[in-house]
Amino acid sequence: MNQVIDLQIWQMLAAYIFVLIVMLIVKLKGIPREKELLISSVRMTIQLILTGYLLIYLFDTSSPLYTILVLIGMEVFSVHNIIKRTKRKLSAELIRIIAFSMAAGTISCLLYFLLVVVRISPWYHARYFIPIAGMLIGNSMTGISIGVSRLTEGMELQKNIIEGALMLGATPKMAAKQIVDHAFDSAILPTINSMVGMGIVFLPGMMTGQILSGTSPVTAIEYQIAIMLGILGSVALSVILFVQLGYQTFFNDQSQLI
Amino acid sequence: MFSLREVKYKHILDIEEMNIEKSKVTCIIGESGSGKSTLLRLLNKLISCDSGKITYNQQDLNSCDSVQLRRTVVMLAQLPAIFPGTIRDNLLIGLKFAEKPAVNDDKLLHVLNMVHLNKSLDDESDPLSGGEKQRLALGRVILLDPEVFLLDEPSSALDEDTERFIIENLVAYTKENSKTLIMVTHSKKVAQIYSDNIIELSQGKIVRAREV
Repeated sequence: MNQVIDLQIWQMLAAYIFVLIVMLIVKLKGIPREKELLISSVRMTIQLILTGYLLIYLFDTSSPLYTILVLIGMEVFSVHNIIKRTKRKLSAELIRIIAFSMAAGTISCLLYFLLVVVRISPWYHARYFIPIAGMLIGNSMTGISIGVSRLTEGMELQKNIIEGALMLGATPKMAAKQIVDHAFDSAILPTINSMVGMGIVFLPGMMTGQILSGTSPVTAIEYQIAIMLGILGSVALSVILFVQLGYQTFFNDQSQLI
Repeated sequence: MFSLREVKYKHILDIEEMNIEKSKVTCIIGESGSGKSTLLRLLNKLISCDSGKITYNQQDLNSCDSVQLRRTVVMLAQLPAIFPGTIRDNLLIGLKFAEKPAVNDDKLLHVLNMVHLNKSLDDESDPLSGGEKQRLALGRVILLDPEVFLLDEPSSALDEDTERFIIENLVAYTKENSKTLIMVTHSKKVAQIYSDNIIELSQGKIVRAREV
């Protein structure tokens, strides 16, 4: 009953055959997306296989240097991804603020989570450090990405409102408040939505994965609750840092809109 | 009060010398694109000149605290910003920005009367017409009771009668309270009737400055 079913090669193949069937249906219905389905399935497979081997190596060697290198790699990738996803041209200063907010928000939450909540030892224990870092960084990346879009869009499209407030004697902080608040709300909303629906609308991926691999649902849920609180903290902290520092880059030291 | 020397801003303004007197009504006229709005923006320090010097009460504008200056020298744009909410919200937000105490409804209604806007304070501001929004924004500026009013075409969206009523009220108010009014206007008639001084701009330069 409690035995874990180890997936065999033919079982994995069966999963791919299922995707092939879906592709066939898509093609028959004349939706020109079968290529995208194929490419994303192959890409996901290769990425996960490589990650699997990398994780085995990292868990076996467990060195602080490798753990930190992976963390830096994740941060760099996430900042690169945020910049790539934003359609507007970002100033060098704003890019520095994105990098700082990502790093400061996620690393402070990560350390608190690992050292105070889970209490891992040694602190660089890759089996805990890397997956948890991945979840915090991934979610903060999505949050900041939305925050960047909303902030740059608001500052550009609502110039009239911002200048109108400045003319009346508002500080840049007052003039940008509405846009900053809106950027924060939009950035944090996906995390709040996923927390609200969790356990009722859907079972979170991490918990499902743990349960399928044989962990007791109680342990899986404990971890899920803790990680969700960590994600909420990490997203909120990195987005607050970003919007609070970010809006200032649109003004000069004479409180003028650049 | 305001003094400009050798002021250049991009290719828009090139002013050798300009003086604007305290407690007077100064109208700035000129064809569109002559740099009238840019001049007001410079005086409100929304922008800074590329070269030259602008002083306000003998103090170099570059060394003034911009926010404090804008609370004394308040500007009204040609297309003023209307914030989400009611008419009351829009009137009070100016006081909030300027960190001045809120006022009661009687005072707000008095200001609405001055700008000839017969609306309830609880009406939403979004459905107002262009001319009504302009008057609401003018009321908001009057409520701030600044030393200097910088008004960019405050009556451009109004009919002649309303324009006359409002400008008369405004000029009377500034005279009674020894305020300085600097107004960009398209109407030579308004300039001729109400101003103490007229400055005419063309292609960024002063072509004529005279007392009325």
